[in-house]
Amino acid sequence: MAVTDDTVLARDYPFSPPHRLDVDELYARLRAEQPVIRVQLPYGERAWLATRYADVRTVLGDPRFSRAASIGRDVPRTNPYQPELGILAMDEPEHGRLRRLATKAFTARRIEALRPRTEQIAAELLDAMAATGQPADLVEHFATPLPIRVICDLLGVPASDQDKFHVWSEAVVSTTSLTPERISEYIGNLHAYIGALLADRRREPASDLLTAMAQARDADPDGPSEDELVAFSAGLLAAGHETTVTQIPNFLYALLTNPGAMERLRGDPALIPSAVEELLRWVPLGAASTFARYALEDVELSGVTVRAGEPVVGSLTSANRDERVFADPDTLDLARHPNPHIGFGHGVHHCAGAQLARMELQVALGALIRRFPGLRLGAGEDELVWKSGMLVRGLTSMPVAW
Amino acid sequence: MGDKPVTGDKPVTSEDHWRITVDATRCIGSGICAGTAPRHFALDGSVSVPLSGDPDEAALDAAESCPVEAIEVRDQSGRVLAPSL
Repeated sequence: MAVTDDTVLARDYPFSPPHRLDVDELYARLRAEQPVIRVQLPYGERAWLATRYADVRTVLGDPRFSRAASIGRDVPRTNPYQPELGILAMDEPEHGRLRRLATKAFTARRIEALRPRTEQIAAELLDAMAATGQPADLVEHFATPLPIRVICDLLGVPASDQDKFHVWSEAVVSTTSLTPERISEYIGNLHAYIGALLADRRREPASDLLTAMAQARDADPDGPSEDELVAFSAGLLAAGHETTVTQIPNFLYALLTNPGAMERLRGDPALIPSAVEELLRWVPLGAASTFARYALEDVELSGVTVRAGEPVVGSLTSANRDERVFADPDTLDLARHPNPHIGFGHGVHHCAGAQLARMELQVALGALIRRFPGLRLGAGEDELVWKSGMLVRGLTSMPVAW
Repeated sequence: MGDKPVTGDKPVTSEDHWRITVDATRCIGSGICAGTAPRHFALDGSVSVPLSGDPDEAALDAAESCPVEAIEVRDQSGRVLAPSL
């Protein structure tokens, strides 16, 4: 008798609620014994979960897997509503047409040119933090304003508006921390805000990315629509700072709670670039794997046939701990080389701001180590409060002393 | 110099043929090159491969747009045309 999907047992996923930066031990067992399994996320239809590096890269990078095909489906997800995902729900060529409005601004070289200004902002913020006395909240004084000021400079958004758009930006990483009504209100606010700035730039062009994107769109009648440009620009503003705001404290937490890691970095600051890559690999930023891809044809993953039309979620966290690719994968090795992690994803949806995030994280760690050689947690580990109801893991505040 | 590079069935002379390389170890499969210059790049699985050395502005554009600068375009003399320094 044929076994239908309904009779196959699906494991509830995520396997456990996110706890600090711990990785559920089940991933390692699955990679060894059952690398592709049926799972049921909190919402949506059943999915396959891929846990090995090679399979996850295939799911993310192979055009036989589609994000656009998720539209109209009851997508496996951790949020109760189904958000409009814009570029994140597009395949080629639509995805590329939209993304190309901004790609040149985010190349390694263009981002490198922003480093001196980023270092200057970091130094100013740490001076101000030192003046407030210790313990001080790293999230409020450093991790939040640094990426915001950089993305504001790049896009041409007034940093003085950050109290507004930073609050609205939570909507792009929220699952249950905000109500669905509040999420749609905040997204609407972000779009209206960016739409008005784009209109300003068309009247008065400036040397910023909003101007460049508006001009590029207006020059191409077959290109993205105005609504797509607005949603994409709002996404760059929100995603362009929200994740780095979260990762700066996560990285520092990882360095301070892994024996020897902080001393090693202080003793050899030249390790900072490779340390950032290793932290991108080791820190499980996502609270759970989401952004399911739908198979456009039957595809085999580690001996399991994913049928056309079935959704698969790939675990970046598990892939980044795959012992087939990374020796001693649970160890934070700041000098790891090579380090082909997929912390920024893989394939066409690879993070557009990856080079920006890398540069900011390198600057942030370097500035913290130089300015505060004795930097340490200013509260007990048990007193730290972690966010919940979000796509990502992160600290709500991080008291530090020096 | 009998073995001139050939693109498709159209022989090209050494003067106008570019040398386009993709560093597969850096490529993240963003597909931006294949979208920008479809005659010059295609994704093989999730890694980009150069298809043609035909001189074309689009190939320079693709190299300039690669998020990880995995693409290099040189002329026959070895001079780097893109990405620009």
